[in-house]
Amino acid sequence: MSANYNVIGRSVPRIDGPEKVTGAAKYTGDLKFPNMLFGKILTSPHAHARIISIDTSEAEKLPGVKAVITHKDVPTLKYGLSPARWDENIFCSDKVRFVGDKVAAVACLDEDTCYKALKLIKVEFEELPAVLDFLHAMDEGQPLVHEEYERNINTEIHQEFGDVEKALAEAHHVRSDTFVGQRTYQSPIEPHSAISMWEGEKLTIYSSTQSPHYFQHYIAREFGMPMGDVRIIKPYLGGGFGGKLEPTGLEFAGAVLAKLTGRPVRTFYDRAEMFAHNRGRHAQHMEITTGVDKDGKILAVKANFIMDGGAYTSLGIASAYYAGALLPMTYEFDNYQFDMFRVYTNLPACGAQRGHGAPQPKYAFESHLDNVAADLGIDPMDIRIINARRPDTVTPNDFKVNSCKMRECLERARVISDWDEKKKNLPHGRGIGVATGSFVTGAGYPIYRTDLPHAAAFIKVHEDGTAATLYTGSVDLGQGSDTVLCQMAAEAMGYRYEQMKIVAADTEITPLDFGAYASRQTYMSGAAVKQAGEEVRKQVLDMASSMLNLPVDDLDCEDGIVFSKSREGKSLTFQEVARKHFVLKGPLLGKGAYTPPKLGGSFKGAAVGTSPAYSFGAQVGEVSIDKETGEITVVGIWDVHDCGKVINPRLLHGQVHGALYMGMGESVWEEVLFDDKGRIKNAELANYRVLTAMDMPPIQSEVVDSYEPSGPWGVKEIGEGATNPTLGMFSNAIFDAMGVRVNSLPLTYEKVWRALKEKREREAAEKA
Amino acid sequence: MSQVLTDKDGVKRYLITLNVNGDAHTILVKGNAILTNVLRDQLDLTGTKKGCELGDCGSCTVLLDGKPVDSCLVLAVEADGREITTIEGVSANGALDAIQESMINHAAVQCGYCTPGMVLSAKALLTRNPHPTEPEVREAIAGNLCRCTGYVHIVEAVLAASQGRVTPDDH
Repeated sequence: MSANYNVIGRSVPRIDGPEKVTGAAKYTGDLKFPNMLFGKILTSPHAHARIISIDTSEAEKLPGVKAVITHKDVPTLKYGLSPARWDENIFCSDKVRFVGDKVAAVACLDEDTCYKALKLIKVEFEELPAVLDFLHAMDEGQPLVHEEYERNINTEIHQEFGDVEKALAEAHHVRSDTFVGQRTYQSPIEPHSAISMWEGEKLTIYSSTQSPHYFQHYIAREFGMPMGDVRIIKPYLGGGFGGKLEPTGLEFAGAVLAKLTGRPVRTFYDRAEMFAHNRGRHAQHMEITTGVDKDGKILAVKANFIMDGGAYTSLGIASAYYAGALLPMTYEFDNYQFDMFRVYTNLPACGAQRGHGAPQPKYAFESHLDNVAADLGIDPMDIRIINARRPDTVTPNDFKVNSCKMRECLERARVISDWDEKKKNLPHGRGIGVATGSFVTGAGYPIYRTDLPHAAAFIKVHEDGTAATLYTGSVDLGQGSDTVLCQMAAEAMGYRYEQMKIVAADTEITPLDFGAYASRQTYMSGAAVKQAGEEVRKQVLDMASSMLNLPVDDLDCEDGIVFSKSREGKSLTFQEVARKHFVLKGPLLGKGAYTPPKLGGSFKGAAVGTSPAYSFGAQVGEVSIDKETGEITVVGIWDVHDCGKVINPRLLHGQVHGALYMGMGESVWEEVLFDDKGRIKNAELANYRVLTAMDMPPIQSEVVDSYEPSGPWGVKEIGEGATNPTLGMFSNAIFDAMGVRVNSLPLTYEKVWRALKEKREREAAEKA
Repeated sequence: MSQVLTDKDGVKRYLITLNVNGDAHTILVKGNAILTNVLRDQLDLTGTKKGCELGDCGSCTVLLDGKPVDSCLVLAVEADGREITTIEGVSANGALDAIQESMINHAAVQCGYCTPGMVLSAKALLTRNPHPTEPEVREAIAGNLCRCTGYVHIVEAVLAASQGRVTPDDH
């Protein structure tokens, strides 16, 4: 195959661009079906309370109400995302565990009637003491969120690799720091919706989901149905960032309401309900100890974390493991200890948010590493370059790293940010910080145990050869996978992107794919698509061989033209060959599937964090701080990434921009706040402080030349890795500007102002 | 003043005429019906998105007499007799507006949920100020939240459209 690609490596326009800019793109909440009802869920007003009684009789009498359901009307099987801890019910029967827990649901002729009906459901609660502070959740005498989990411990992890105590004892310098991360919420702009309908025993759900396959699996399990009778369709999806990875009450309650009424039911969350459903980033308490030699080379790291899981597990077991698993990625060291408690509280459940588990530990470790560098008088950039991971290495927790240009990313970031000059000459109040990040390119193992491939694809060339349709179960949630996978299909076939069509994410039509999480689509779905495209190409070349009467080895196909490599002028169009194939041999189809190799070690939790490939990146940020108010102005951000071969440069940089935008919000502004009753105080986008176009600084995003040997055409992930350095980068830039370290996220103006005030008072006291 | 009909439960409905994308629609609405819902549910114009119903996200932006407004903060009765442009009215006969074309070519669209509102805010800007500066573009779309792009390519696309360069060099 030619090294000069025709389709990949080009910023072709998105395949869904015209539909999205004209408003023609239909998202789940835009769909209507004849006879459709509207459904809403009644949620708990209390953080922790026993349910004494539920009386739905008044609601049932209201005209326009077609069904009212409670725990008595639904399966009682517990569900969740992490199979080790299924702990959630469709509706609570004995007690509610957070403000927003599901109690009942209604299906009505219109939305207004739903709200009236919810008000008429009478629930008698007996309030219980609630666990709202995760740092005290394990204390003696605390109420239990789930009776079967002693001391509210949801997940406990103790891992040690190498000999940490010995390495620390022998270290030139040992330092410990403690940091605290906040709760954040993904806040996709599209609210969750689901439309459920039955035809006989078959259930179809249109849903704003990141993984039709997991939805299909878990919904079939909950209702005791064969998977073949459950069809999940993802229409256009308005962002997810991890928050739409698991089925919610919308699908479960909606399916029951649709069954009872015999009508399609659209269930949906409003913005406040989205915040309550949550599954966003865990708040975390992080103690880190590191020992280094006199040059700053890291010898050992000890991480001791506590995580606020909220009321249910969701994907939180994985989040807990990820928090430690990805810490040794960007720097090389042999001795590593990771201890973690994920605890239950009476707050909304946390799960996987962009960068899954990694951004807060990265914030802690990158801040801590700058403290170590300051102790030793080493430039923060230098200490990172000294420790930067090299290619073809293995982490202490047994992750095999193939391609890795960590060092090159740092060196390039140093140049384009003008690091050395700024480090010398920036005035007090201006600062520059650096941090690194890495992320998995797809998870090595599925969320539930199965030996199914992780991705599969079909390609159908239309009978006259003028178009080809890619069928994939993958999910374009905005990142552009539909576009990138069509580029990959066309490249593999020797076809043209402009003639590609796509059908994606419909479990009845498209082949299995685990969906959009863990940054897996370009690599894993791409591997399946490449195989399918090559199968088509092979058949086209075979047919062309008989049409041209030339040996197949002499033929190639590029950009829709099949040609002889040795004889000039001997060529056919892909279109005419494909048509002939259809006439003589029937449909021209290709198929592919991808299963990762066996990865990782054999210790408990060894699977989490495994991946066939890892991205690496460095970020530098410059800030200016108002000493009077603590106000932080971001002057600029420079991101340099090693993400393997780039399929679509513009879409790729768009992922970097978006990931670091999200990280920037989490660094200084975003936080889900609760009152003393466990109610969210800022369940709206404005008061949650989602950044606007006016808040964003100039951003320069670059990639280093890189090739991942295990991936299709050498690709790796990009969607999440660029969130991971951002929080630590801001912490370090603020530290550089002011000489004060803010030890908790978000790094608000007020906290900076307070830290400055304390510093002034300390200095004054020392003088006196 | 619009005609009012009262049903047997005493709920009033107003007979209003919305001029949407050049089409006059005479419809009955409740007094508390927000323009977003009327456009989406009664007129099937679902290009106007619903993200928060609080005026925070801007995904429901439409032009009301040429000015961008959050249609979730406008009662349908307030729009009676006025000119409304929704995203469906921006491109004519399949020909995209320069802003739309520029947004596709600059990869300024990701999930696309904010895009209709973003296009309309940009459209209103370029109508009143055909050659805006970058800060003016940022200010004009500050009421439209995007969670995907960091606004980088959106700002680039709007500026490029204002300069007649809807296709970037790297295409």
